[in-house]
Amino acid sequence: MARITAGVGSSHVPLLGVAVDQGKSQDEYFGPIFDGYQWTRNWEASEAKPDVVILVYNDHASAFDANIIPTFAIGCGELYKPADEGWGPRPVPDVEGHADLAWHIAQSLILEDFDMTIINEMDVDHGLTVPLSMMFGTPAKWPVKVVPLAVNVVTYPVPSGNRCWALGEAIARAVESFPEDLNVQIWGTGGMSHQLQGPRAGLLNREWDNRFMDMLEADNDDVRHIPHIEYLRETGSEGIEMVMWLIMRGALGKSVKRLNRHYHIPCSNTAIGHIVLEPTRHSS
Amino acid sequence: MNQNIHEYLSELEDIPGTRVFTAARARKGYHINQFAMSLMKAENRERFKADEKTYLDEWKISDAAKQAVLARDYNALLDLGGNVYFLSKLFSTDGLPFAEAVSTMTDMSWPEYRQMMLDGGRSPQGNRSIKGGY
Repeated sequence: MARITAGVGSSHVPLLGVAVDQGKSQDEYFGPIFDGYQWTRNWEASEAKPDVVILVYNDHASAFDANIIPTFAIGCGELYKPADEGWGPRPVPDVEGHADLAWHIAQSLILEDFDMTIINEMDVDHGLTVPLSMMFGTPAKWPVKVVPLAVNVVTYPVPSGNRCWALGEAIARAVESFPEDLNVQIWGTGGMSHQLQGPRAGLLNREWDNRFMDMLEADNDDVRHIPHIEYLRETGSEGIEMVMWLIMRGALGKSVKRLNRHYHIPCSNTAIGHIVLEPTRHSS
Repeated sequence: MNQNIHEYLSELEDIPGTRVFTAARARKGYHINQFAMSLMKAENRERFKADEKTYLDEWKISDAAKQAVLARDYNALLDLGGNVYFLSKLFSTDGLPFAEAVSTMTDMSWPEYRQMMLDGGRSPQGNRSIKGGY
């Protein structure tokens, strides 16, 4: 049977992709960020070794324009190419999908009352490829298959934290009912605090971000009830991306063990954070 | 727990220096954002750069929006319903790094903004609520 073995929350700042692509990941500015991911990179490669990653992210006006705005969309295709975000596509490998698992999850979620949008073909932008670079470095081929799960966190109302958590729970049930033996991780990406617009641009909130990570580690689900307005006031207009981490956390069950956690300010306009969590298995 | 939509939307307008991308803004700025999206294609970037005014005239956007694009007045574009992820196609068309373009929406120069970020970013203190002033 397929199983979710770990969850990762991580920022997906586009400048990190630029740093990787231009070989700057060890310079004075980026060094502390990439050093913070080193433990996780080693763990992914030598210990965790997932077969598939369910990668929760948001599209930044790349695959979707202003015309069609799916709240939750799941990629059920075989292959996704890196998007041209105006600077040319990132020079990273194409992303291989896991269509069998993705279609299984899509069908299961719809039967559980989540009205998913299904995508067969799309390009994937930095929201998806930057986390892959942070976790796997610069391989000739990504070592995992990916099920992209795109969330609208741009046009309001975006989904509530509560709904995101519940979606994660349903994803976990869907994975567990997939007959093939697969080691599956779920990643929630985006954040942490940042604001990219208006006179308040540049807002960061170290204290709030760390409290959020504390809440993810806790043996309760209080974090799912944080209202949108709190993310907006405390973490900037783009900090709302952190609701996507709750899909990851919801999929891990009641209690988790933290394997790693890192936080750094700044990267471009953004506070960088990542956390690695493992579900705590109960005998019941 | 469902929230009353009017209260929800009213709270979103209570954040200093911020235009939350509500449905009302998405509707108002639809054609501005679709214009910006068109710059994803290299041939459109070339045509736009060759004659910005003529390219803009092909879109159903107001004169005020056209002027704001020509002036790269991003705060004005936000007021007209532009969204930063769409407007960023204009940043890349201009070859402007994202953070530098963002800094033009603040009252700081790019070096000042960059230094603020290195120093830990803008504090949320006093920047959370217009009504509450906290």
